[in-house]
Amino acid sequence: MQRNLKSFIGLRRNWSIPYLLFLALFVLIPLGLIVYYAFTSHDGAFTLTNFRKFWMHPEAMNTFIFSIGIALITTVLCLILGYPAAYILSRMESQNAQILVLLFILPMWVNFLIRTLATVALFDFLSLPLGKGSLIFGMVYNFLPFMIYPIYNILQKTDSNLIEAAQDLGANPRQVFLKTILPLSAPGISSGIMMVFMPVISTFAIAELLTINNIKLFGTTLQENIYNGMWNYGAALSLVMLLLIGLTSLLNNEGTANDSAEGGLI
Amino acid sequence: MQKPEPIITIEHVSHSFGDKIVLDDINLVVRKGEFVTILGPSGCGKTTLLRLIAGFQKASEGKFTLGGTDVTETPPHHRPVNTVFQKYALFPHLNVYQNIAFGLNLKKLPSADIKRKVMHVLKMVTMTDYEERDVGSLSGGQQQRVAIARAIVNEPQVLLLDEPLAALDLKMRKDMQMEIRAMHKKLGITFVYVTHDQEEALTLSDTIVVMSEGKIQQIGTPTEIYNEPANAFVADFIGESNIMNGVMIKDSLVEFADHQFECVDKGFGQNEPVDVVLRPEDIYIFELSEAAQFTGTVTSCIFKGVHYEMMVITPEGYEFLIQDYHNFEVGRTVSLLVKPNDIHVMKKERLINTFEGVVIDKTQVRFLGHTFKLDEKISVANGSKVKVAVDFNKIILQDNEEDGMIRGDVRFILYKGDHYHLTVVTKDQEHIFVDTNDVWDDGDRIGITIPPESIQIINQ
Repeated sequence: MQRNLKSFIGLRRNWSIPYLLFLALFVLIPLGLIVYYAFTSHDGAFTLTNFRKFWMHPEAMNTFIFSIGIALITTVLCLILGYPAAYILSRMESQNAQILVLLFILPMWVNFLIRTLATVALFDFLSLPLGKGSLIFGMVYNFLPFMIYPIYNILQKTDSNLIEAAQDLGANPRQVFLKTILPLSAPGISSGIMMVFMPVISTFAIAELLTINNIKLFGTTLQENIYNGMWNYGAALSLVMLLLIGLTSLLNNEGTANDSAEGGLI
Repeated sequence: MQKPEPIITIEHVSHSFGDKIVLDDINLVVRKGEFVTILGPSGCGKTTLLRLIAGFQKASEGKFTLGGTDVTETPPHHRPVNTVFQKYALFPHLNVYQNIAFGLNLKKLPSADIKRKVMHVLKMVTMTDYEERDVGSLSGGQQQRVAIARAIVNEPQVLLLDEPLAALDLKMRKDMQMEIRAMHKKLGITFVYVTHDQEEALTLSDTIVVMSEGKIQQIGTPTEIYNEPANAFVADFIGESNIMNGVMIKDSLVEFADHQFECVDKGFGQNEPVDVVLRPEDIYIFELSEAAQFTGTVTSCIFKGVHYEMMVITPEGYEFLIQDYHNFEVGRTVSLLVKPNDIHVMKKERLINTFEGVVIDKTQVRFLGHTFKLDEKISVANGSKVKVAVDFNKIILQDNEEDGMIRGDVRFILYKGDHYHLTVVTKDQEHIFVDTNDVWDDGDRIGITIPPESIQIINQ
């Protein structure tokens, strides 16, 4: 018996069993349950009503489209603000750059609820209205480091010989950027987009706090339904979101499939 | 034959990274259509010189002229040169065709012209049918061909090549050498080639520029460099050689290894100390006979494929490296002979270490950043500047850095048949030359001690 156990542990492929169990228990089975709930009615019969309800229900649909809009705006703003920051950091002497990168990431060590509450307090102090503006500000503030870091990472690893090769072949500084640095950093941009877009589309706490519940995001709708015991409808909504995120990752992967996997998230 | 006009002129170029001087007053003229190789050990400044020509770095001092225009301040994208990088530096996001067309696209040429030119160079580097391939999927040799094609397609006035074959295996390297040579003939443009491989330099070049420690040691054709090395460094670096201390007794007569030899060199003073260079293949080795100039005992014999490589020690204690088609077994006493034509005599660069010093008081003098005690009192006013001389063989080197008065790194080792001549560089980049019988390695960190009795003060 003991020897059997020993040889069982000795086999390296058996080491993966705990992880497989974890994946089954906390990923596959819950996913199956979501699909099951989404396609059944309250009494367990197969139905498409949940999806029809989402489709026909203008309020849910509007929230959904509005959420995508907010996520897109946040992602674009993060990219516009984050790329130059990452670029400047990557050009700096590595010791200084590391300190600055740490400073960018440091807020992440504070719980995001506390950070968001602090943002609310800041808006209050400056007597700025809480609404769409404060929502986007809060989102960008929270997710900017997730854009900077992967881009910085890949820019920093870029071979300086490639930049010199472009100069050598007659590229002026603008062309060097557009024809080599930008395309080479595409995998970093892609994972930055994923890391901002995915959480933003599903978040609800930031929206609740920063707009005092005035603006509803899709995540909020989802949370309300689950809270109110509408499990089947809630499951259908979360499946729609899952599909959307899956689709964006797929498109993102397609776009950068030719690039090296370095710095890529998925 | 009239010499072609110069295409690159480099005047008084110096460059330093922080305190470290990498290039020291470089002057060089490259003529149109020439194949020039910059040869030197790693860290001699050869790659920096190439990068300065390409414009990736700006020289601290000096002037560059390319094709008659001053380009000292010109950024790389406006210089009429193209570079083949050591690690190829192909754009990983572009395929072979797009990589080669990169420069032409920037010039906004019509796409038909671009296609024609790209196809032409692909044919030239024998890479037709590869245009759609991902550069990551190519072998080292193929990537190098694409890198060369990407540079020459722009028809530059000068092609710069930075150790382009260093990453390839021996067989591939030999093949590519021949191809690069053929390409140079066909294109007729100027090539400036950087390498640390002396054989490659001898094979490829019209002109070799030997560099060491940021300075040009010699400029010449491969034959000149091999047969008439300008100094002991060049002799040691190019091919294998026996370098000995000698004395030029009078014109055409030189003494080394305790024997006198007839030679062809003239114009040195009488009894002038010199360096003597003998190539290992130029020493005749044969069985004991009347014809012997001197004799020796074989201490090692290694078969090298075409020839045998033997170490022979003379009764006086001088070692010679000898290459011959015949094998003489270890322990055998042999005759040795050198023909006058094969003895290369070089003026010694220095006979003694000299340093700039300042008198502290009657018994102390400061030089090399350290205050040294003197054996005898001197009668020079405190604070006055003096020259300090120290014999090569009076300097003591110590394993332990802390044991020495000053610290240094062993930078260059020359075997002189019966002792080693070392160049030691201190932290302040001062050079100290030391003769020793101990074996040190290149790069060893050592302590240096100069005993009081070996310090000579020369009044200024």
